[in-house]
Amino acid sequence: MKDILQQLETRRDAARAGGGPARVAAQHAKGKLTARERIELLLDEGSFEEFDMFVSHRCTEFGMQDSRPAGDGVVTGWGTINGRQVYVFSQDFTVLGGSVSETHAAKMCKIMDMAIQNGAPIIGLNDSGGARIQEGVDSLAGYGEVFQRNVLASGVVPQISVIMGPCAGGAVYSPAMTDFIFMVKDSSYMFVTGPDVVKTVTNEVVTAEELGGASTHTKKSSVADGAFENDVEAMAEVRRLVDFLPSNNREKPPVRPFFDAPDRIEPSLDTLIPENPNQPYDMKELILKVADEGDFYEIQADFARNIITGFIRLEGQSVGVVANQPMVLAGCLDIDSSRKAARFVRFCDAFEIPILSLVDVPGFLPGTKQEYDGVIKHGAKLLFAYAEATVPKVTVITRKAYGGAYVVMSSKHLRGDFNYAWPTSEVAVMGAKGATEIIHRGKSAEDIARLAKEYEDRFANPFVAAERGFIDEVIQPRSTRRRVARAFASLRGKKLSNPWKKHDNIPL
Amino acid sequence: MFKKILIANRGEIACRVIKTARKMGIQTVAVYSDADRGALHVAMADEAIHIGPPPANQSYIVIDRIIDAIKASGAEAVHPGYGFLSENPRFAAALEAAGVAFIGPPVKAIEAMGDKITSKKIAQAAGVNTVPGYMGLIADAEEAVTISDQIGYPVMIKASAGGGGKGMRIAWNAQEAREGFESSKNEAANSFGDDRIFIEKFVTQPRHIEIQVLADSHGNCVYLHERECSIQRRNQKVVEEAPSPFLDAATRKAMGEQSVALAKAVGYASAGTVEFIVDGARNFYFLEMNTRLQVEHPVTELITGVDLVEQMIRVAAGEALPFAQDDLQIKGWAIENRLYAEDPYRGFLPSIGRLTRYRPPVEVMAGPMADAGTWHGDAARGARAVRNDTGVFEGGEISMYYDPMIAKLCTWGETRDAAIAEMRLALDTFEVEGIGHNLPFVAAVMDHPRFTSGNITTAFIAEEYPDGFQGATLPEDQLRRIAAACAAMHRVGEIRRTRVSGRMDNHERRVGDDWVVSLQGAEFALKIAADHDGATIRFADGAAQRVTSDWTPGQPLAKLMVDAVPLVLKTAKISGGFRIRTRGADLKVHVRTPRQAELARLMPEKLPADMSKYLLCPMPGLVVKMYVAEGDEVQDGQALCTVEAMKMENILRAERKGVIKAIKAQPGDSLAVDAVIIEFA
Repeated sequence: MKDILQQLETRRDAARAGGGPARVAAQHAKGKLTARERIELLLDEGSFEEFDMFVSHRCTEFGMQDSRPAGDGVVTGWGTINGRQVYVFSQDFTVLGGSVSETHAAKMCKIMDMAIQNGAPIIGLNDSGGARIQEGVDSLAGYGEVFQRNVLASGVVPQISVIMGPCAGGAVYSPAMTDFIFMVKDSSYMFVTGPDVVKTVTNEVVTAEELGGASTHTKKSSVADGAFENDVEAMAEVRRLVDFLPSNNREKPPVRPFFDAPDRIEPSLDTLIPENPNQPYDMKELILKVADEGDFYEIQADFARNIITGFIRLEGQSVGVVANQPMVLAGCLDIDSSRKAARFVRFCDAFEIPILSLVDVPGFLPGTKQEYDGVIKHGAKLLFAYAEATVPKVTVITRKAYGGAYVVMSSKHLRGDFNYAWPTSEVAVMGAKGATEIIHRGKSAEDIARLAKEYEDRFANPFVAAERGFIDEVIQPRSTRRRVARAFASLRGKKLSNPWKKHDNIPL
Repeated sequence: MFKKILIANRGEIACRVIKTARKMGIQTVAVYSDADRGALHVAMADEAIHIGPPPANQSYIVIDRIIDAIKASGAEAVHPGYGFLSENPRFAAALEAAGVAFIGPPVKAIEAMGDKITSKKIAQAAGVNTVPGYMGLIADAEEAVTISDQIGYPVMIKASAGGGGKGMRIAWNAQEAREGFESSKNEAANSFGDDRIFIEKFVTQPRHIEIQVLADSHGNCVYLHERECSIQRRNQKVVEEAPSPFLDAATRKAMGEQSVALAKAVGYASAGTVEFIVDGARNFYFLEMNTRLQVEHPVTELITGVDLVEQMIRVAAGEALPFAQDDLQIKGWAIENRLYAEDPYRGFLPSIGRLTRYRPPVEVMAGPMADAGTWHGDAARGARAVRNDTGVFEGGEISMYYDPMIAKLCTWGETRDAAIAEMRLALDTFEVEGIGHNLPFVAAVMDHPRFTSGNITTAFIAEEYPDGFQGATLPEDQLRRIAAACAAMHRVGEIRRTRVSGRMDNHERRVGDDWVVSLQGAEFALKIAADHDGATIRFADGAAQRVTSDWTPGQPLAKLMVDAVPLVLKTAKISGGFRIRTRGADLKVHVRTPRQAELARLMPEKLPADMSKYLLCPMPGLVVKMYVAEGDEVQDGQALCTVEAMKMENILRAERKGVIKAIKAQPGDSLAVDAVIIEFA
């Protein structure tokens, strides 16, 4: 009996050793941790329960039968993050380069199926050389199985991908379909075709970092939602994100004890809006001063910075924030910001996370570039997302809310539950000067200036909208946190559903 | 007594004058430019009158605007504060003509002392020692060089009408004399509307010690002892104290009596300050007399109990001084730190923007002011005093138009050590966010052994911080205290995280007791034993510290007791720990489990990107002049361009020999901080 127990431990030790000391050392030399070390950092201490430790591949081509390491290049299982269950797979680059075989994929599928069944998030730590070429089409089939499960899990349990090494070719499409992708700076990259193929086909010379590094995907392509300095920080920050997310689409978002008075007054917000209506200010200050303990988890911080998206807590409960940022492009909506915010709003709606919208939007960005690239359809995404969302929606207009962009930004007309405005807000069809020039076409510059002033006095305020009930209440900036917190508190029992449909047809 | 006075100033000094006026039952009128519409002094005054656009030369120093405001408000007297029109004889004369009292000295005294050349002659005549220098007017840069050569370098080039470091340069050679003359002249013209310049010997290794005098129009004149203002950066005072740790009773008396003699010689009536340079042998030389309330007057008030503004108002109303020289004793010690909107991590360049957070320490009343009932504002009484004279508020804007000084934090204690100890805590408690500011720097000075020993000169900052300021480096005992505090705080935060809803019953996360704290390159393994009142932290070497606090996660200011000694930390959450600011240090503190720490050690250290090939704009400002063109070869130290910010012209120089590859900004361009100006090949 003792021998058998000993044999188990020996086999376990072999599996835990991954690709062996040399490959582990090489992994460390690249500034990367091993698959198991990452899991240790991701999960609560001692909470990891592993599946399929002894699974190995069945390939006999190209001499593969001689190399059948236990675990087959991926570590899978479940554990807890601050006591809440999550499923995790972590590709092991030290074992066969973390390449995806039929069995490697099957391990991933097993925990994905369990996650969907049991209602817990799936966290994928990607560090893989790609398909296991020796297996040929079996490997591709494996990817296909994973993709299918990504799609079935979408909107059922949160899916988080962390790219912690290479992720190339078809492999990118699994993370691509998850809710959030994070990357590790300098040690990860993602692309469909690598620099070599690019060079052959298009003659472009580009490094892997330039083509698909963290900077590219957080700033240019928007494929990634954030990037972290190193593996340790990445795991800590994924834990922090999970603290904000519900485990599945049947649960309310998590609530935790908080140490910040919901009725905290912030007198400094009374002076947030500059006297000059064209001067920018930092909308993040408002987010931080409204949030519990000034804690804000920003999503896509470096992309389309004219809109801010991320999570805060109010009275300990997660809230998604969408806010125009006047510091960048005057906070206007454009293709990128509409896409960014639309995806965030749909995530929140899918997982019952209430949405707070902070509005200072002068309109949509004009120009041929925008029109040719389809701002009509992309802008419609955000409109669509807000309109279909049934979660509690609270909106605060701080300054400009002009034209169609006003309607888009979670207006009363799109089933906004609470639509507040600061006294400094201007809810109007457009800016005074532009409106006057259209209404009084052909008048002298002098007349236009006078009429614009009249228009401004009449319409550049929240009261015209408030008279119609489009604004529920004009509030003092200093009491924004209290008003917003109470609004969400009153919406805790909100029940709203859309007509039955197979699914909607959002303009993709 | 006057029923209503107007304060022809802004910022903290306007607020400070309003406080005393209010205490005396006098109505106050504030004036403001467009940039100050929402300023604190406007909110504090009983009424406020708009006087023009933001630049001071279109508002605060336009005499007609102030006179109009006086007429509109019906004010009977004007307090000019410091700077602006405070030492402008034409202003005092205009008030006299308008039949309005000037809360300051007679016109003649301002004229006599306001001009540094005249004042020096008068001082000499009154038997006051003076520093060698050239008294005449200087026509151009070439003459400035000739004169400088004659006096011998180093020389100080000063605006005749100047003060507070504006329009002042030190030149160590002919080239610097030439450049310094030009820029002083420009600054003087911009700031004071008077571009006269004079040059004198620059006395090295000096202390700056000044005497506060107070005279009435009945022939009484007293001195309120000295202030030492040796901690200066580029002739701009940063730290002041009263009394001086250097003077003996005899020197104090001699300086005081000479100052009174000078004041009497010019028929002085009001508060004034006679500035001296004192050398290591306690020889003192007259520097100048400031015929106004001095910025650093609070330290004198704190050790004498005299409200100088009150006395200025009473003298202006014709009252006689209520005390004689013998009534004025020094009691205790007072320190002042000036809070400047200048970023010490960027060579002290001006910083502008919105004060997203501004929480000064709570004021405490103690010492002579408390005893004399001259404390203004409400504060609880304590053993040591904390006083903050400020003109800003949370949510307010620091604009580029005015002086970057935003507050004066003063403490008073029975001894110098007590005053310094109180100052350290007050600085740690002072929260200022949104702009760059010098709080960390002055906090470091308060801990500097040369400062605490009192062995200081005006070269203190230049000598002790020759490469600028990169944050204080804390000693190990201090690091241990911070490590213990952060471990306890981190544990509280982690336990809170385990209380999130939706967790698996019976499978909760248990937060461990063993932690590894890393900060400032040091690492401490420790074990936490928490109980109801706090936590006992035991280090690997067996030493233990007791931490108690009512801190909760998210609070930016953590007030703790570590082994019964107060520790105040400015905290911000970072991944896996805190950013901690205390005692002039800015630290990333990571609190990790032993296993996390082990893995973190495997992470590569990343170096910041190399920006050495670029000249970056060190502050938000306006490009005034570009001295080089693309393709030029430049030498180390060669002037590249001038950027004006906060009324100061800053010449940016080449840090090494090189060739200009591209010029990315032109004169007239408004640049943000870190904007690229020049790219080197």
